Amino acid sequence: MAKKVALLQGNEASAYGALYAGCRFFGGYPITPSTEVAEVMAVELPKVGGKFIQMEDEIGAMASILGASLTGAKVLTASSGPGMSLKQELIGYACIAEIPCVIVNVMRGGPSTGMPTGPSQSDIMQARWGTHGDHPTIALVPASCQEIFTETVRAFNLAEIYRMPVQVLLDEINGHMRERIELPEPGELEVLDRAAPSVPPEQYLPFDPSVGDVPPLAAFGSGYRFHVTGLNKAPDGFPTTRAELVDAEERRQLRKIEAARDLIEKNEEYLLDDAEVAVIAFGTISRSARHAVNALREQGIKAGLFRPITLWPFPERRVAELAKQVKGMLVPEMNLGQLVLEVERVVKGACSVSSLTRVDGEPITPDQIMEQIREVC
Amino acid sequence: MAFNYEQYLRPGKLPHIWCPGCGHGIVLKGLLRAMDACHLDKDRTAVVSGIGCASRLPGYVDFNTLHTAHGRAAAFATGIKLARPEMTVLVVGGDGDGVAIGGNHFIHACRRNIDMTYVLCNNYIYGMTGGQFSPCTPMGDKASTTPYGNPDPTFDIAKLAIGAGATFVARTTAFHATQIDKLIAEGIRHKGMSVIEVLDDCPTAFGRRNKFRSVVEMMKRFKETAVPAATAAKMSAEELQGKIVTGILHREERPEYCEQYQQVIDRARGA
Ligand SMILES: Cc1ncc(C[n+]2csc(CCOP(=O)(O)OP(=O)(O)O)c2C)c(N)n1
Ligand code: SF4
Repeated sequence: MAKKVALLQGNEASAYGALYAGCRFFGGYPITPSTEVAEVMAVELPKVGGKFIQMEDEIGAMASILGASLTGAKVLTASSGPGMSLKQELIGYACIAEIPCVIVNVMRGGPSTGMPTGPSQSDIMQARWGTHGDHPTIALVPASCQEIFTETVRAFNLAEIYRMPVQVLLDEINGHMRERIELPEPGELEVLDRAAPSVPPEQYLPFDPSVGDVPPLAAFGSGYRFHVTGLNKAPDGFPTTRAELVDAEERRQLRKIEAARDLIEKNEEYLLDDAEVAVIAFGTISRSARHAVNALREQGIKAGLFRPITLWPFPERRVAELAKQVKGMLVPEMNLGQLVLEVERVVKGACSVSSLTRVDGEPITPDQIMEQIREVC
Repeated sequence: MAFNYEQYLRPGKLPHIWCPGCGHGIVLKGLLRAMDACHLDKDRTAVVSGIGCASRLPGYVDFNTLHTAHGRAAAFATGIKLARPEMTVLVVGGDGDGVAIGGNHFIHACRRNIDMTYVLCNNYIYGMTGGQFSPCTPMGDKASTTPYGNPDPTFDIAKLAIGAGATFVARTTAFHATQIDKLIAEGIRHKGMSVIEVLDDCPTAFGRRNKFRSVVEMMKRFKETAVPAATAAKMSAEELQGKIVTGILHREERPEYCEQYQQVIDRARGA
């Protein structure tokens, strides 16, 4: 059967990916360059009986999706720049209270109002550390419109399975770029739902560590009455300051991601088998990097591309292995050097690590990457 | 027969954190009597709060309960209600939580006329953080951050709610304990955004600094300055100076938000 195809913007692709994954609630607040995600959801959600609400600000948007998620709905919000700054407190709430939700951040230049229509990759450390306190992070960084669709579906699966917020990081370029995409048929991509409690309501503990690192989340209104708070809590969900319970709870929340790295991490490796120099690039800039690698190969330079598709948790083990194989790594990114810090941390001096940054609102070009690699080699 | 509060309280979660003489306990009892009078189904009722002393209330009651972040209760509650309109949604919180940091969510919940009942415990102060002034602290009064007297004008919460579009607005005080449950029950039965402001006392952080050395003195002031809305309607602005107008202050019928959204769904589906 012929595939259904569409010409979609990245932002639109993420909205359709969310719908494919079963998203039924969107709470948002308009901001460039993410607004199209909200606009598609406003059109499509009511058609499937879902709910769209434009809230009074990004904090309210984040709050509304968390409330809706607690009733069992799969939920989405989207924002950029200043809006993402406003969401941070409640991203932390979603972490500690373990409420599944997906957040699409279409990155733009900053800080502050910055460059609303300019592309950027400068929120990657915010995605990891933006909210206060220790907490797990999952962030996905698709590169093409097709991948934005499928990775948004995966973001929902991860949010539901690990019971936490998952961020999809786009940028103004791949968010607004249009590409032909093949729309998967229902059933073609895996769609996962959160686990339901296996015990009757009177035995239910919403944070019971004895059932595993991701205790099932019941839905408000389903007959399971429980308490949710942003305070540190005991397994029954009620506030506690008991040292051993707080410690166990915090460690479990990090462990649920650390222990599942193999299931969460996802990378693309391109021409790395015999590579002497590896470009570590993600999202839009990985496309420039691929061009550069191809051109360098034609010139006899053994270059390869390592492309994280899951950025957080960072693929530490694989990057450390690569560092032993290659002479050098180049990290091009549309910010003033964020990912390079993580690469350096993981590589621990095993190979040279070079940084290529750009924050003028223009993408890093293949030529820039090639030039810098020639210097390194 | 004495009212059985235990049926709605979570076993093992008391004693509460509130100070002796705190008005929030009176609100808790009134709230439970109101919920009982409305025969609310525990499984289909959510009680949502922000952060503050008053906002600790949900932890004690046996419903679907959500203790959110400071000021955000109305926005979380909006998500619950819109996602599951069949649920009854109540919000409880303090004055700082509701109309300072949460003021934006509060007025927009009123504007939408989403069907929820917001019980706002106005004790004129930030209790939990030790007595800083709130937008409801009377001018001239003392708080830890207004050591020379409060220069800030105060919000009239009821007027704010009416102006923003709430369709049921009432006010009472912790002294008028039996009126608390009647007004909350009316609010629950009302379809749309209901705001019930309960003026209550914080002996620890407000009374101590402002000449209300005992809870009794604070209660006496509530008793002496309260004027029922019907009586107030016949009084001049001058006569109303320093008075607290109590009872139902506003009631109107206006389309409710979730019902409006259902029409959006029907239109989108071409019905
Ligand atoms: C974002 C944020 N800012 C500040 C605080 C600190 N804080 C906690 S409770 C509170 C004020 C509570 O006062 P109110 O809402 O009037 O309730 P009360 O304690 O008097 O019942 C403040 C400022 C916080 N928890 N979160
Ligand atoms: S500080 Fe005030 S508001 Fe808080 S519990 Fe004590 S009396 Fe009540």
